[in-house]
Amino acid sequence: MMKGSNLPFNGTTEQEAQLRQKLNELRSKDGALMPAMQFAQELYGYLPYEVQLIISEELGVSLSDVYGVATFYSQFSLYPKGKYRIGICLGTACYVKGSQDIYDRLQQLLGIKSGECTADRLFSLDATRCVGCCGMSPVMTVNDDVYGRIKPDDVEGILAKYRERG
Amino acid sequence: MISLKINNIPVYVNEGSTILEAARSIGIKIPTLCHMKELSELGACRVCVVEVKGMRNLVAACEYPVSEGMEVFTNTPRVLNSRKTTIELILSDHRQDCLSCERNTNCELQRLSHKYDCDSRRFEGRTADFVYDDTTEYLIRDNSKCILCRRCIAVCKRQQGVGAIGVNERGFKTHVACPFDMDLVNTNCIGCGQCINVCPTGALQEKPEILRVQQALANPEKYVVVGTAPSVRAALAELFDMPMGINCQGKINTALRYLGCDKVFDINCSADFTIMEEANELVDRIKNGGKLPMFTSCCPGWVSHIEKNYPELIGHLSSCKSPQGMFGALVKHVFVKRENINPKDIFVVAVMPCTAKKGEKNRTFTDGLADIDAVITTRELSGLLKENGILLNELPDSETDSPFGEYTGAGMIFGATGGVMEAALRTAVSVLDPNAKLLPLEFSEVRGLDGVKEATYIVGGKPVKVAVVNGLKNVKTVCDKVKSGECDYSFVEVMTCPGGCVMGGGQPIRATIVKHRDEVAKARAGVLYSADRSMFARRSHNNGSLLKIYDEFLDRPNSELAHKLLHTHYTPRPKYIKE
Amino acid sequence: MDIKQLEQIKDTTFKNVGNRFTHAQLDGMNFDRQVLVCCSTGCSSESSQKIRERLAKLVEEKGLKRVHVGGTGCFGLCAAGPVVVVYPDGTFYSHVKPEDADEIVESHLVNNVEVQRLLYVDADGKTKPINEIESYCKQMRHALRNCGVIDPENIDEYIAREGYFALYKALTQMTRDEVVDVVTESGLRGRGGAGFLTGRKWKFTKDATGDKKYVCCNADEGDPGAFMDRSVLEGDPHCVVEAMAIAAYAVGADQGYVYVRAEYPIAVERLQKAIDQARAYGLLGNNIFGTDFCFDLEIRLGAGAFVCGEETALMTSIEGHRGEPRPRPPFPAQKGLFGKPTLLNNVETYANVAQIVLHGAESYNTIGTERSKGTKVFALGGKINNTGLVEIPMGTSLKEIIYDIGGGIPNGKAFKAAQTGGPSGGCIPASLQDIPIDYESLSAIGSMMGSGGLIVLDEDNCMVDIAKFYLQFTVDESCGKCTPCRIGTRRLYEMLCKVTEGKATLEDLDKMEELCYYIKDNSLCGLGQSAPNPVLSTLKYFREEYLAHVVEHRCPAGVCKSLLKYVIDAEKCKGCTLCARNCPANAISGTVKQPHQIDADKCLKCGICASKCRFGAISKM
Repeated sequence: MMKGSNLPFNGTTEQEAQLRQKLNELRSKDGALMPAMQFAQELYGYLPYEVQLIISEELGVSLSDVYGVATFYSQFSLYPKGKYRIGICLGTACYVKGSQDIYDRLQQLLGIKSGECTADRLFSLDATRCVGCCGMSPVMTVNDDVYGRIKPDDVEGILAKYRERG
Repeated sequence: MISLKINNIPVYVNEGSTILEAARSIGIKIPTLCHMKELSELGACRVCVVEVKGMRNLVAACEYPVSEGMEVFTNTPRVLNSRKTTIELILSDHRQDCLSCERNTNCELQRLSHKYDCDSRRFEGRTADFVYDDTTEYLIRDNSKCILCRRCIAVCKRQQGVGAIGVNERGFKTHVACPFDMDLVNTNCIGCGQCINVCPTGALQEKPEILRVQQALANPEKYVVVGTAPSVRAALAELFDMPMGINCQGKINTALRYLGCDKVFDINCSADFTIMEEANELVDRIKNGGKLPMFTSCCPGWVSHIEKNYPELIGHLSSCKSPQGMFGALVKHVFVKRENINPKDIFVVAVMPCTAKKGEKNRTFTDGLADIDAVITTRELSGLLKENGILLNELPDSETDSPFGEYTGAGMIFGATGGVMEAALRTAVSVLDPNAKLLPLEFSEVRGLDGVKEATYIVGGKPVKVAVVNGLKNVKTVCDKVKSGECDYSFVEVMTCPGGCVMGGGQPIRATIVKHRDEVAKARAGVLYSADRSMFARRSHNNGSLLKIYDEFLDRPNSELAHKLLHTHYTPRPKYIKE
Repeated sequence: MDIKQLEQIKDTTFKNVGNRFTHAQLDGMNFDRQVLVCCSTGCSSESSQKIRERLAKLVEEKGLKRVHVGGTGCFGLCAAGPVVVVYPDGTFYSHVKPEDADEIVESHLVNNVEVQRLLYVDADGKTKPINEIESYCKQMRHALRNCGVIDPENIDEYIAREGYFALYKALTQMTRDEVVDVVTESGLRGRGGAGFLTGRKWKFTKDATGDKKYVCCNADEGDPGAFMDRSVLEGDPHCVVEAMAIAAYAVGADQGYVYVRAEYPIAVERLQKAIDQARAYGLLGNNIFGTDFCFDLEIRLGAGAFVCGEETALMTSIEGHRGEPRPRPPFPAQKGLFGKPTLLNNVETYANVAQIVLHGAESYNTIGTERSKGTKVFALGGKINNTGLVEIPMGTSLKEIIYDIGGGIPNGKAFKAAQTGGPSGGCIPASLQDIPIDYESLSAIGSMMGSGGLIVLDEDNCMVDIAKFYLQFTVDESCGKCTPCRIGTRRLYEMLCKVTEGKATLEDLDKMEELCYYIKDNSLCGLGQSAPNPVLSTLKYFREEYLAHVVEHRCPAGVCKSLLKYVIDAEKCKGCTLCARNCPANAISGTVKQPHQIDADKCLKCGICASKCRFGAISKM
């Protein structure tokens, strides 16, 4: 079975035009693949088969190389991200202050594992490395919101807040 | 020159040599697993580690350059223990079903494990999630035996220019697979099987068809006809402890009869048919303004590649079936009539140096009947003979059967790169030039191991520029030229495997192949060229049986019936199919 | 840009910011007061941008024309964030919220009365100006000299602090050799961890032949808990740009790349701004300062792979491949990026260069110890009061860092160990807290300087668990290329798991140690070679803790879940059922108003029950 998201690809023709234009600009650049993939991920939110195929064709890099790079770096995702992207820092500072427990609670409450997205595409969960807020550890982020010094029991309330917003 | 000491022995080698090479030059073999000179120099497996005085850590001899005054130790307890642990760690993530493994006794990991007295159970733990992919008709990928040496990837990408497989993920999850871990059948893989030939373990093998052949042989209702490709006779001996470069066709004929085959023919014969059809097609294209250059179509890897990557160039492919396809069609539609056999009772086996031929057999049909029923590789034939206790090296020679056992030297040289071109030229020149008999028989410009060989010959008073592409990686420039209209070749031979079919993905696996690929290619091709030279008939149109068949059945090359039996068509195919 | 223009910008800008540098009221300044808000990642995550905007708005509304509100990089005391500092008073406000802005403006800026409740309280319980706060007293801000002082988004403020004068000096008054020499003589060593002499690296690259050369900056700060490089890029991006230009001149390169972690959006944004500004001033580009030296700089983003901090992997990544290290030799100085001679230094190393070039080698090599010169920046984290960024002269003892600068361990717990060097480093036990921090001392005790992460552990941390944590990190981050790292670290991790589950034997400990040395000796790159350090150093200094797990099946720190048991004290339990209702594993049974029990086989040891119990009846054993 093919790896990657089961959710249908819903990229638009505008997105594709934008991507192809960018790839056109990047083609002559040394080491263009990573910037190209970063642009594409920014554009689509993830790197599904359809997008990697375009990058492969336009840059003349084999699909196996594109996919090899996509799966090497943890920031590239084969899965779409939720409307609310939850990050839980498992860096040392947070870890020693119990972020694993918070992470466990999140997995349990959302029913998804790291890297995945809930079926309603509302939440996605990522275990991240140090986000640089060690002063506030343990740290959990939801999109650009940062929640510091949290306890496992705070998690449910935080999620509820976003569920309400829809 | 650099002078250094290895195990206190003075060594003098050229600057830029590796420790591995320096040691080899004085007769010390340092073990390797991932190393393939110039194709894959990763320093990844670490079995080649050695101690260098002054260095904190051990270094990988395969890539570490020598330097003046260096002192290397290849066999200290520290080195030997490290190698042992490395192999034991690899074994801890390796499915150890060695006794029943295809590569038992011919496995590089097994050999090293034995050599270093490894305890295969010293390290235990989780094994990586593996993929078992048998979706194609030609090969099986079993990641549970993969040791991540990446030689297959290097060959697929750098030698063949295909890049169907790569390294996915990282850390302990690192594995060799297709993009998105899709099934091989849905990718741009062309089935050449070169990856099998460099795999140190049993992670890659051809899809076996021996069982079906055995069943047909055991079935009294079945009339089993077998044909052997030219390259098989140039290599099979290697699997029976004979030296490289021995022609064992006579013994193969005997062996096939021992197995119980009803007719032992020769693919060399249908190769002659291929030349008759292809040379005439070329002459026709040249005379009547057909699409040029014309590409040869005998190589299934190449056909698959063009269908997947250059659909706009499909019209340039010769419409001729490969010798294998022609063989089956001739047996099932011509031979049966002579012998009055029901074509459905015939079971045609092709013995091929190639894995892609296994895929090809499922694409050529005549009147709804598959041309070929089973394709077995040179390696499979060896396995079949050994299973039946047939000692090839002790067998007397025997001849092939009539009518499709008669062949010329032109059919023989198909197995070497440039061979099809040379054979076609021998005939095309004659068709176009009544004085051809006076022209040279050997076209040495198209022989040899260069990536792209070009030559211009005067055919029928006109210069005809031809090219031979040796190795699929080199085809890109030619195809790009054809696409942009800058190509002035009339005829192009393309062989997927460098060296041609003698180096096909179904040929004997030699650990040394990794280092001496070209030597092997030369030795095997040499078998074919010397057989050619020893033959009385060296032009396909001088094949007596062939002329008779044209006379009695096919009328003439490219006739309507010839087209029906001996030609095929091609379809654009997607490079990838989303699962 | 020529030197006159540069001088002019310096003088003009000084009028705006001078009293910030000197902490004194100077004559002829455009502003009487400087209100500085920390806008680094840490404080920004707690709305410091909003504080800055609010302050600026209020100052404008009140017509306070002699007050300047600005943003800066990290002040270092992240634990006190968000931080607002008012100069020349030196007032240090901590934990400021956007709504506090009104009071600061009204009380402090209008009525000249400091807002007492927001003042940072030092360890001695007193409030004091920033330069007297104890944590700062033992520090020496060299690489961080501009962090918390200038607006990182304003090149003029950098120039006002002698910025780009070193580049001018190098290009117009020094030969390439002289630049290399001064860096060599300064004794500066690579701050990325390995500590290779920077000048030597420059010389190798300078001496290499090639039609094209590159200089690269390693800003792929991947050690968990480390944020030194991020802080420099956020607080003083121009110092890296200038240093790279100087390096490029010295080695003969004309193109530079800064490889930054993508997880650092603010750093990337500020660095890009800095590059754009430098370009606009002609400090990057063709014929810089009218010389024939040309140099330009490009940012490349990482994508989340720790191994890319390894120099060959970093270059492979810039080239657009999987960031897998390649064998050395050839070294980057001979054959680096795109096969060309390449100089690669890390952010903090570059941050020291301009000052060395401008003020000479002695300005630097008089600081520090015999073999480790200068200062080192550390990111303090874990169980320590003053989490944040500190810069100390080499040779400062661990004890001074933890107690004097770091303010000690919170909640009265005992200091157990300090972890330096991240997954490549080791744990220093409390018994060695007098050790001077320098390259040699740290590697002598089995740790390493690393890039500067310093995680403090207290009595509640299990050292086996910590070693396991780092090993898991390495297993996840191994590139998967070489056998020892790909499979070896995994097996080592599994053995550690056995220990933490109480299933290991004494033989396993020996086997672990043997495997550690094997991995160190055989791995392809530095990541693999140093991966066993956390295990080896804990085995060395905390063997008794391993033995407790193995022999007594006990985790002394009470961390390893498999060796823990939650029990309900029947005396205290009121049978309220709250624990049972909250147990995710349905492991708690009992009838209402009767003492409950925990089924140890079902229990996940998540601790929810204990946190829910209102009677303190549930405890872990």
